[in-house]
Amino acid sequence: MSKPERAWDPGNPDRLYIVTKSCGQADPGVTRLDLVTLIVARTETDPGLQPEHETIVRMCDYPLSVAEISAYLTLPVSTVTVLLNDLLARGHVEARPPVPVAALPDVGLLEAVMHGLQNL
Amino acid sequence: MDYKTSDPPAGPRREDILPATAAAAVKVVIVGGFGVGKTTLVGTVSEIRPLTTEETMTQAGVGVDDIAGIEQKIETTVAMDFGRISINEQLVLYLFGTPGQERFWFLWDGLFEGALGAVVLLDTRRLEVSYEVVGILEERGVPFVVAVNTFPGAPVHPIPELRAAMDLPESVPIFACDARDRASCRDALMTLMRYLYRLANTPEPQ
Repeated sequence: MSKPERAWDPGNPDRLYIVTKSCGQADPGVTRLDLVTLIVARTETDPGLQPEHETIVRMCDYPLSVAEISAYLTLPVSTVTVLLNDLLARGHVEARPPVPVAALPDVGLLEAVMHGLQNL
Repeated sequence: MDYKTSDPPAGPRREDILPATAAAAVKVVIVGGFGVGKTTLVGTVSEIRPLTTEETMTQAGVGVDDIAGIEQKIETTVAMDFGRISINEQLVLYLFGTPGQERFWFLWDGLFEGALGAVVLLDTRRLEVSYEVVGILEERGVPFVVAVNTFPGAPVHPIPELRAAMDLPESVPIFACDARDRASCRDALMTLMRYLYRLANTPEPQ
């Protein structure tokens, strides 16, 4: 009936459950991941990894945001977050959290951003 | 039904790879109604081809005649486009274009949390929608500027009239912007940064 055009179908909730079930019983050591937390692989992919995990590790050879991983995998961020927590817990990837922004951002940070935008 | 092994591996194109030195990111949210130019703006300034992340929203059907006693659920896929600007070797700026309706914002946990601020793309065809957006951002304490996308066919209003109609304080920048023009979009982001800079330097007495 349905034609599977993607490696795993993001529109199918059952399948999403299967993809993430390995850590469904969450969650003592869960890392808070933002859309723009940068993820970098710490290890080579290892043969014991599930295909979805392996794809992420391979993809994060260089830093990549959680949002980008979600887009490239065509999986919702909520699902990717669960997969990333598996990988973080096992030390396969590291997370570089976003620059903390209080109610108002730091002046030095704003200067850096303005400088960067000027070069666009 | 198996994986197509011939597919290229998922991930960024070579030219879209961030340097290994990228240490942290910041984000700016572009808020606007359907068809107002969010995706255009993001695409115009982004160094990567804009990407899309999707979440699914399930709602109970409303006002459905329930003859057979079957509950209807409506599933909606909500997409959010985003782009990226490398500020320097360490710092990356992400731009998220999000729908104007607040109920969508919760689909992406923490979308506004930690954001530097927002650019509201004003929809001159439906001012009341933008009016609501501005109200919610104020309530949540998210600093914002208002850009009026000057695309062809949109009604043209003088900025002071729009400021009055939107009930915007004098301190909040409102300006014309062409979402198709790189310099114009960069200026919109610069205006937001300068506004934040001003706010950071003049703390409001509590």
